Amino acid sequence: MPKLLEVEDLRTQFYTTEGVVKAVDGITYSVDEGETVAIVGESGCGKSVGAMSVLRLIPNPPGQIVGGQIRFQGRDLLTLDDAEIRKVRGHKIAMVFQEPMTSLNPVLSIGTQLTETMMHHLGTTQQEADRRAVELLGMVGIGEPERRLKQYPHHFSGGMRQRVMIALALSCEPRLIIADEPTTALDVTIQAQILELMRDLTKRMGVALIIITHNLGVVARYAERVIVMYAGKIVETGTSEQIYHNPRHPYTIGLLNSVPRMDLHRGKRLVPIEGQPPDLTRLPPGCAYRPRCRWAIADCDRAVPPLAEVADGQLSACLRRAELDASMRDAS
Amino acid sequence: MSKYILHRLLLTIPTLFGAALLVFLLMRAVPGDVCEIRLFGTGLYADQEQLDQCRDKLGLNKPMPLQFWDFVSGYFTGDLGESMWTGKPVAEEIGLRFQLSMQLAIMATAVAVIIAIPLGIISAVKQNTWIDYLVRAFSIAGIAIPSFWLGIVIILGLLIITQAWFGIPWMPPIEYVSPFEDPMENLAQLIWPAVATGYRYSAVATRMTRSALLEVLREDYVRTARAKGLLEKVIINRHALKNSLLPVVTIIALEFAFLMGGLVVTEQVFNLNGLGKLFVEAVLQHDFTLTQQLVMLVVVIFVLTNLFIDIMYAWLDPRIRYS
Repeated sequence: MPKLLEVEDLRTQFYTTEGVVKAVDGITYSVDEGETVAIVGESGCGKSVGAMSVLRLIPNPPGQIVGGQIRFQGRDLLTLDDAEIRKVRGHKIAMVFQEPMTSLNPVLSIGTQLTETMMHHLGTTQQEADRRAVELLGMVGIGEPERRLKQYPHHFSGGMRQRVMIALALSCEPRLIIADEPTTALDVTIQAQILELMRDLTKRMGVALIIITHNLGVVARYAERVIVMYAGKIVETGTSEQIYHNPRHPYTIGLLNSVPRMDLHRGKRLVPIEGQPPDLTRLPPGCAYRPRCRWAIADCDRAVPPLAEVADGQLSACLRRAELDASMRDAS
Repeated sequence: MSKYILHRLLLTIPTLFGAALLVFLLMRAVPGDVCEIRLFGTGLYADQEQLDQCRDKLGLNKPMPLQFWDFVSGYFTGDLGESMWTGKPVAEEIGLRFQLSMQLAIMATAVAVIIAIPLGIISAVKQNTWIDYLVRAFSIAGIAIPSFWLGIVIILGLLIITQAWFGIPWMPPIEYVSPFEDPMENLAQLIWPAVATGYRYSAVATRMTRSALLEVLREDYVRTARAKGLLEKVIINRHALKNSLLPVVTIIALEFAFLMGGLVVTEQVFNLNGLGKLFVEAVLQHDFTLTQQLVMLVVVIFVLTNLFIDIMYAWLDPRIRYS
């Protein structure tokens, strides 16, 4: 099966007064048609920047994509001119953002915001776009869609607005949706609803989904594959199954230990990861996770450990990946 | 909405009453009156009898509350009184000048909007490029240059240029012609003071447009609009501009209200008989009736302007609803 999206050695930097921030530092991954991939990591690990780089939405200045390739349906998005990348945005690749409260324009009606994209990309008439907008709002579970179309964002709750954002993302039938922490700003009960909705709709329409989150708990149920990022780099990737039941990077293990799990260790205390994420302008030599890692050895600060296969389809960027099996983890 | 407007209009009644009382008392707190100025001002001798006669005629000897009642009751009978200096009806004195001042204020506002909004947008979109620096220098100059000086430079410039190009010096006409009689002549006269004041007035509005738009362009919904693949033009015009216009509308409208009575020096430079000039004359001559009515006119203009601003808010931003 051909890859839908292939990101290769992507590097995005920000130029600040503090120095150069290597927010995304050489990440490589791919997404298949119709696949759901989760990108996981703490705040500031570069996961959002990496996703925004795909559509070249990094504000410049201060940010800049300095290297790599982003091949979407075989074309490198980084070489397209402005007019061509606009044809991809919202049309072939759509985004759902973290902040539903501020991501919709407060002075334009929901109808205007939904239909303008369809009219722009698909050249539909206003009537067709209106009809389709009603259909989309119905699909994302908003009642009385005809009436709702005439309303403004402030008439909608946070969860409802995120449903509108999802309708917006689906409106031009994209091949890929990038959802940047789509549920972080929502109540826990709403989070599940929104995630279910996104999963159902993307599966039904065969749309690939990249879901960016800091919550590994979200990932297990909704993603087929997981990419774990730390300090601008991918530290581990594998299927959800592998990441959950057999993580091979200390950071992944740390993340898993810090979220409550229903499947094992009932009653066990949560173990937070000690320390702070590193300052991206002054990364230590070697493995960026070393200062927080309980399994660190002398070799860890010599060079950045490369991603290497530990199991079929599972890669880890830890020197001790082979030793990090279940017995050692439980001993900790 | 219409209920809200009615409510607001009713609320202006106490404001107007307060303003009427204030200007009435202030005028009378200043020593001297129109009779003293008229009789002694020219250096002639006048006795107490003449003074009393004059005061009796103008009603200045009546008790204060009665004078105030005469002033206020005029609004119910439609009689605004006569000017104490010229003896002509106040409505007539103001009417002539009001037309000119109104027209000048509208034209200056038009000039300001035509300059400010596009320049503000360009400046924000091209932030920190030479275009932005140029626009900012242009608008700083507008704040720094007094409009009467600019007016003089415009008149001199017109004289010099027409002399050099056509051999005959030309300057704007001095006599006011109503735009309904001779629009070209009227425009030839008023366009220059409109440019001189409009430029100054655009300066603040340009900077306001720029900073408001820059703020809006950082909003999440602008990022959403970009992620939709919309043209930059559409993003600015449809998504960003409407959100950034609230402060711009406020200062433009308030400035408009100010222009109605505050263009004293510019009117002098272009020899225009506007409200500003009339205002100064009325105050200097202690013309109580005229000054009172002029102040009330300006108060009404400010009240209506503020109402207009509120209505514009509701039109620009659907979150603002009055009830």
